Amino acid sequence: MKAYLTRYLPILGLAILVAALQAALSALKLEYYMTQLTMAAYYTLVSLGLCLLMGYAGQVSMGHGGFFAIGGYGAAVIAGLGIASWLSIPAAVLIAALVAAAVGVPALRLRGHYLAMATLAFGIIVLRVLLGTKLFGEADGLSDIPGFRLFAGIAISGKRALRVQNYYIAWTLVVVGMLLAVNLVNSRVGRALRAIHGNEDAAAAMGVPVARYKLATFVLSAVYAALGGACLAHFNGGIGPGEASVLKSVRYVALVAAGGMGSLWGTLAVSTVLTFLSLRGAFGLYDDAVFGAILVVIMLFAPDGILRLLGIRR
Amino acid sequence: MSRPLLEVRGLHHWFGGLHVIDDVSFSCRAGIVKAIIGPNGAGKTTLFNLIAGSIVPAEGSIVLDGRQTAGLPPHRVAALGISRTFQATRLFPGMSVLENVMVGRYLQTRGGFLAGMIGPALTARGDAAARRECRGILDELGAGHLADQEATRLPFGRQRVVEIARALAAAPRLLLLDEPACGLNPSETETLGTLIAGIRQSGITVLIVEHDMSLVMGVSDEVLAISAGRRIAEGTPREVQADPEVVAVYLGDPDVSRP
Amino acid sequence: MGAAPLLQYLLAGIATGGVYAVVAIGFSIVYNATGIINFAQGEFLMLGGMIAISLARILPLPVAILAAVLVTGLAGVAVQLVFLSWLKSPTVLRMIIITIGLSILLREAGLHIWDEKVHALPFFSGDETSSIALLGARVSPQVLWVLGLSALMVVSLGLFFRSTLLGRAMRACASNPTAARLCGIRASTVVTLSFFLAAAMGALAGCAISPLTQTRYDMGSSLAVKGFTCAVLGGLGSIPAAVTAGLVVGILEAASVSVLPLAYKDVVAMGILLVILFVRPQGLFTRRRAR
Repeated sequence: MKAYLTRYLPILGLAILVAALQAALSALKLEYYMTQLTMAAYYTLVSLGLCLLMGYAGQVSMGHGGFFAIGGYGAAVIAGLGIASWLSIPAAVLIAALVAAAVGVPALRLRGHYLAMATLAFGIIVLRVLLGTKLFGEADGLSDIPGFRLFAGIAISGKRALRVQNYYIAWTLVVVGMLLAVNLVNSRVGRALRAIHGNEDAAAAMGVPVARYKLATFVLSAVYAALGGACLAHFNGGIGPGEASVLKSVRYVALVAAGGMGSLWGTLAVSTVLTFLSLRGAFGLYDDAVFGAILVVIMLFAPDGILRLLGIRR
Repeated sequence: MSRPLLEVRGLHHWFGGLHVIDDVSFSCRAGIVKAIIGPNGAGKTTLFNLIAGSIVPAEGSIVLDGRQTAGLPPHRVAALGISRTFQATRLFPGMSVLENVMVGRYLQTRGGFLAGMIGPALTARGDAAARRECRGILDELGAGHLADQEATRLPFGRQRVVEIARALAAAPRLLLLDEPACGLNPSETETLGTLIAGIRQSGITVLIVEHDMSLVMGVSDEVLAISAGRRIAEGTPREVQADPEVVAVYLGDPDVSRP
Repeated sequence: MGAAPLLQYLLAGIATGGVYAVVAIGFSIVYNATGIINFAQGEFLMLGGMIAISLARILPLPVAILAAVLVTGLAGVAVQLVFLSWLKSPTVLRMIIITIGLSILLREAGLHIWDEKVHALPFFSGDETSSIALLGARVSPQVLWVLGLSALMVVSLGLFFRSTLLGRAMRACASNPTAARLCGIRASTVVTLSFFLAAAMGALAGCAISPLTQTRYDMGSSLAVKGFTCAVLGGLGSIPAAVTAGLVVGILEAASVSVLPLAYKDVVAMGILLVILFVRPQGLFTRRRAR
């Protein structure tokens, strides 16, 4: 019973915090912060998925910006086709999942440096394809992406009037994503993933289907990333090729590393705060340098992440 | 008479140009403890790795209760009922003793990614049962009080016990123990012997690679002696101990501890 | 398409291939000494070029280049000493992430010390309009400089590893660190020297291509990935193989312009990398299995 409390209370706490923050911002007439908080939520989805992949299954990916971009561009292009307005996000996520499966099957046979380089190359290929193809707007990206109607009057869109609504949509996705991830991590599969991370051969000897689980986690993390990308594309009304850049992909790795490789809550906290600050321009011209420095400093001094350093477990 | 649980026929394997397993054939009846002995470098651990599926043999067959296992990946071999420990313990770092044993319980539990994400509504009962069973196994091995400690921080001898518990959690038909007495003092070795006898009692067949002759003589029903990848003797412990070729191979080998 | 333009592409491809080979060799040297892939390798080319460009304003070109090579070499040593030397048996994942972070920091340092604009060294001989007739094609003398300098570096390195005591000590360290230590070879010296060599060679290559492809603060990462492609293609650790692989990739890339839209040129190297990693990660020239 106590285990369930420690597991789910923080999620409830998160939901309450989200609502309280919204109430405070509205009361203080600081509603414009909600736009960046909404965007931060979508970027955090990527980090959460990557945390499952890197922290639990122990597989590094330097190309997750590529999946975010596939989600975003996919949704934009499909919405632009005008067939069915509800199709864009699910279809884009499905495409990302298929690409992840295709890339993952050969890539996950690699370890360490080779896997990092393969995923890095994947991200660069996505970037180059986006930059070089008219359909994707080349260097300018895509704009005029319509909103995504959910139901009744609720839509994922950047319209000022729907700002509060979209804040809740984004953060509901994060809360649900967190719930699913926390459940997974504490399940039989979660234990198996941690075993794979710990010692692949011993895990296999216990019957864990190592290759299949690595692939499934890779695809799952791509789904999280693509969902974030697709929703952000609709929210922003536009998307650019920079989302697939090496720097963006490295950022997600930095956030997961700083949050503590195996810590979902750490990743959530670090990702939300740093992404929000970055979006507000707090780091100015040194934006990328900050994330690079984080990577170096964390890996040198606190490889288990900031939370561990502060004495907080999980 | 029913067929043996494990039948190895004409097994050959090479590492580069080295013929590490040379035409090894033997069988193992169900319900016994069979020891594999031999000097260092004889190929004992390689033999284990071949049986457990982490290496695919170049030639030969390995049949478990009528099913060919040579060539199957390790997790499939495990699913057929073979579980193992490792010469240098391979417990999962960053996980408690209980969690390590729960991983051993993987094959006996259900639930994939979807069920895992949906959570306790679907999996609570199965998880709770698994937890109880794993605690039970740890208790039986006298390690119950260690359940919540970080497995890789335990003293070496305790880690071995945890690894055996993890292998037992898989409810195997055939348990492979790779030098379980390595690094244990005589009293710990004696406890280990009792433990192995208890495992045999519960119906699990045990194949054990061991150097410690007191353990081998005390607990095994049959012994297989190999040297330089070749089988040199097989039979009861007394028979093998008296076999002249075995004696010749062991004389002058300082790594074997005599009873 | 006539033979002459094709030849032109090929020659240009060999030039870039030479640069990729140098990057690949840089990876191999550091990998042999430390077992890690230094993702920041590409940045050494950028630093060498940028520093030379700044110094060339006040010093004669050859002196500026030499100084840039030395300074970058020392920068490589500094990176190794400050960030990497005191780590005690770090995991592979940790090393990957650290060197990626370092690559970003170096790149951002390049951005803030200089700027985001494109710069270039003056042509070593002649200018951007000079050309030499070669087998019916006209090629810039700078291409020959690149090839010549790359060849010089490769040959010198080969001699160094084969004939000098220090070079042989480095090879010993790479193949059996424990035995090397027992013979009195200090591993830390070897590691530091490796970083110096990799950085200095990178800097020289960066200077050589600067007149042709220009130097920008962000040129490091794509060079690194392409250089890594060549290193893997050749089998990490072998210098002659890295050179061959570099030429192959450079030529394939240049030739691809005739079939693919120009924008996709970079994809060629990435594609080769993925194919090699997926099909034969130990490279085309080695026989042992990849880690």
